[in-house]
Amino acid sequence: MRRGTSAADYDWWLFAITFAICGVGLLEIWSATHSSHLAGMQWKQLGWIALGVLGMVLLSRLDYHAVLDKAPALYLLGLIALVTVLAVGHSRFGAKRWLPVLGQFLQVSELAKLIIIVALARFYTDVRTSELSLLDLCKAGVLTAVPVGLILLQPDLGTALVLVPVALVGAYLAGIHWKHAAVLVLAGAMMLPVGWHFLKPYQKERVTTFLRPEDDPKGSGYQILQSKIAVGSGGFWGKGLGHGSQNQLGFVPVRYSDFIMAALAEETGFAGVFLALVLYAALLLRLIQNAQRAKDRAGMFLVMGVAAILGFHVVVNVAMVIGFMPVTGIPLPLMSYGGSATLFVFLALGLVMNVRLRRFVN
Amino acid sequence: MSNLFQNDSRLPQMRLAVISYLIVGLIGLLLLGFWKLQIVHSDQYAQLAERNRIRTIPIIAPRGSMVDRDGRVIVDNYPSFSVLLLRDDAEQLARLLPQIADGLGLAVDDVQQQIEAAKFLPHFQPIVIKPEASPADIAFIESHRADIPVLEMLMVHRRRYPRGGFMAHASGYVGEVSTDQIQASNGRYRPGDIVGKTGLENQYNEQLMGTDGMRRVIVNSVGREVGRLDQTDAIPGKPIKLTIDYDLQLIAEQRLAGKKGAVVALDPRTGEVLAMASQPSYDPNDFAVRISKDEWRQLNEDPEHPLLDRAIQAQLAPGSIFKIFMTAAMLESKAIPATFKVFCPGYAEFYGRIFHDAEKPAHGEMDLHNAIVHSCDVYFYNVGKLLGIDRISYYATRLGLGRKTGIDLPGEDIGLVPSEAWKERVFHQKWYPGETISVSIGQGATVVTPMQIAYTIGGIALGGAFHQPHLLKDLTPSPEIDFPISESTTETLTQAMYGVVNEGGTAGASKLPGIELCGKTGTAQVISLQGRQRAGKQAGLKNNAWFVGFAPRRNPEIVVAVLVQGGGYGAESAAPIVRDVVKAYYDKKQGVPPDELTTQARPPGSVVPGAAARAAGGGALIAKPQPAGKSVVKPLPTAAIIPATSEARKPNLQP
Repeated sequence: MRRGTSAADYDWWLFAITFAICGVGLLEIWSATHSSHLAGMQWKQLGWIALGVLGMVLLSRLDYHAVLDKAPALYLLGLIALVTVLAVGHSRFGAKRWLPVLGQFLQVSELAKLIIIVALARFYTDVRTSELSLLDLCKAGVLTAVPVGLILLQPDLGTALVLVPVALVGAYLAGIHWKHAAVLVLAGAMMLPVGWHFLKPYQKERVTTFLRPEDDPKGSGYQILQSKIAVGSGGFWGKGLGHGSQNQLGFVPVRYSDFIMAALAEETGFAGVFLALVLYAALLLRLIQNAQRAKDRAGMFLVMGVAAILGFHVVVNVAMVIGFMPVTGIPLPLMSYGGSATLFVFLALGLVMNVRLRRFVN
Repeated sequence: MSNLFQNDSRLPQMRLAVISYLIVGLIGLLLLGFWKLQIVHSDQYAQLAERNRIRTIPIIAPRGSMVDRDGRVIVDNYPSFSVLLLRDDAEQLARLLPQIADGLGLAVDDVQQQIEAAKFLPHFQPIVIKPEASPADIAFIESHRADIPVLEMLMVHRRRYPRGGFMAHASGYVGEVSTDQIQASNGRYRPGDIVGKTGLENQYNEQLMGTDGMRRVIVNSVGREVGRLDQTDAIPGKPIKLTIDYDLQLIAEQRLAGKKGAVVALDPRTGEVLAMASQPSYDPNDFAVRISKDEWRQLNEDPEHPLLDRAIQAQLAPGSIFKIFMTAAMLESKAIPATFKVFCPGYAEFYGRIFHDAEKPAHGEMDLHNAIVHSCDVYFYNVGKLLGIDRISYYATRLGLGRKTGIDLPGEDIGLVPSEAWKERVFHQKWYPGETISVSIGQGATVVTPMQIAYTIGGIALGGAFHQPHLLKDLTPSPEIDFPISESTTETLTQAMYGVVNEGGTAGASKLPGIELCGKTGTAQVISLQGRQRAGKQAGLKNNAWFVGFAPRRNPEIVVAVLVQGGGYGAESAAPIVRDVVKAYYDKKQGVPPDELTTQARPPGSVVPGAAARAAGGGALIAKPQPAGKSVVKPLPTAAIIPATSEARKPNLQP
């Protein structure tokens, strides 16, 4: 009954877009670090990409139905990993996020993102009707809230927030009732002051800073202001790779990772930014197209889970760089330097390939 | 698979499409944001970026100085200024270029080339266009601050070596780090760093080199400092104390001046190098600034090879000094009785070939003692024939020839001791017995360095205890290498070498009253079978002169090896240098003040009155250690401390 999957069934456009984004990222990582003690970082990143591609291909060979079958077990495993990292994890920059795996420190919350995509896809598939009942909506909320809470304890507000859109996009596609949606939005708005109470002081500072950055340009407003100066001074054509003063002089914070878009904007100008954002739009639209052509709802939920996370990453990161949103520490997928994050994106794309490969099967 | 996934293929295409529009909308919104910043308010942000410039100005760490065993400074630093060119504004630069080149006395093309070479560095990173600013340059920069705002000065510490090539080969020189070194250093070196290239500068670069600090300043768009951020102080390099005795080094340098060769003086009991000179020499100060390509080529192509450290890199036939090794082999192997005698008619025939005695027509009846004292070749031809090459090779190698002495300097050469296996390996030829005859008197393929000679003869005189030569005073040397030589052999050898100087032997003229100076001459023909072709191109094929001497006869305190290339007889040109160094050593020990140590003969037992008083008072016998930072190369008449390059050029100060 089953037709074997062949190389022609892979989404070669998706590959091409992905590698183009990686290429821009590598170039900017090189430019941002070549004259500093971090020189050579692009090679490390290239290594992560290679490892990611391998993981993506491997994951695409495994039938996603089998993965969804194991969703409850995976979900439990993910929770255990999150609890473990809280208990014995490795601290860096004041947060416990890393577990040693194969000699490298891997960020467990990246794994949690993958698992939540799978778990929610399974959950929404199980609903089976085209309308989502209030009870199911609450169940989905609880399913999401537990890992979000654990990641918040690390503390890692950015990654915790990233999980929410998976639940929201899923709920929307599973047929959430507009009344429920309205209640959800209202509840969210009312939760804000309560949530504010639970934020750490530095997180509060980031938010106030975002609202009034010019108040304190040498203090916490510094990052956003310097990022905006970098972007703005880039003009239309940019200052040239390796010649951005904001970037090279270290005014742009973590210019090879979270703020890589600012570095790119300064050195390649609006032209470079345009190219990068068009590539991201193409990537996301291609994902949605894959969801539209999925063989079943399970495949669609998987692909849209991936799209939700990547889209959230891109929008929040880029918005932060131009001062539209507070600093949250969410990296730009495929461009920011980072081992765990890069691996996650490729594994997530592996899930998408998986769905695509099996769209004619059966 | 369960039927969990059945019947659910109705996808909410409408809602998926809505999400697509949402994404396009959001990305469009973000692009609008970039448009506003990069196009609409671009000028405003460009100004902010301009105002933001932080310039990191390095604070160069001074290198550690080198002091002699008594703490007297041999190599130190002096402050100097480099001229920096700020390249932020290319247009402004192009406009000012002729004026800058003219004012600094540089060629426009040269400056242009330097700017070109740095075009891949960030624009805001200044480049050094003149490493050594003269007072006129400084005046030019200061007076044109307003109209030529692209010039800046950077304080650096320039290396200062004694003039005239004093100890130049041992000290080595510094230079800009090479690309290879940067890559090999694992992030320790950065482009433009000054590191040791040769000699001690290279060997102990890690200690000598400090860590540069930096000062971060905020500057405006024309490079004016408008504020200061933070400063990381430079960590100066550590000074190193050498085993060198400045006074002995000075005598060695003076006596070797004008010749071609090397002097090595060691304390054989510890391996400490007391003096180490090589001539012809070069001036390492020339490297301390930026050496021009022409100067470098000239030094490299000089037929006299001034860059070669002859003390450890001249590999030449040892001549008759090798007879000491022959004797050790003869007595220690017990292949030939100590009473062995030969009648010397001035020549001998072996394997159908006549071998002449180089030194004298005929010695007559020779025993071992007299054969060494008078350096009889015929005697050792016979010894060599009886021992055979492999036995000779075994003992010569075990006594330290043909391998590194392990001195703490880069680039030591190992010399060569031939053997049957060596010839087979290198030339794929059989060893001819006739070659053994040549090897017996230190000719043929055998080559040694002056350092090896001082090291091995010192070790032999101590009965077979060899100490790794070293220049760093607090180096823990490698454990001594023992190749015990029997007491009777040591006694026979040292007696004979005493005879060479004191019993009318070949170096009778270098006798030192009151000092048990022992030694052995060597006069090596430049033309050997292997060397004929190479040497054939050179003019003046006089013999190489060797002398190695030590004192006192038993348990020597000092051993000196001297090589004078093309010096003729060892007794004539090399032995007097050894004598003078040994004499200076003893004079100093007896309390003669350093500035009265001369190469002139002093009557035996005469002690300078002042020195005696000082000795009696228990005070310092020699010059007090001078505070670091001051140049103390006083005894050297040419030790000018003004850098040659700072001679004022004609400044071109326009109003």
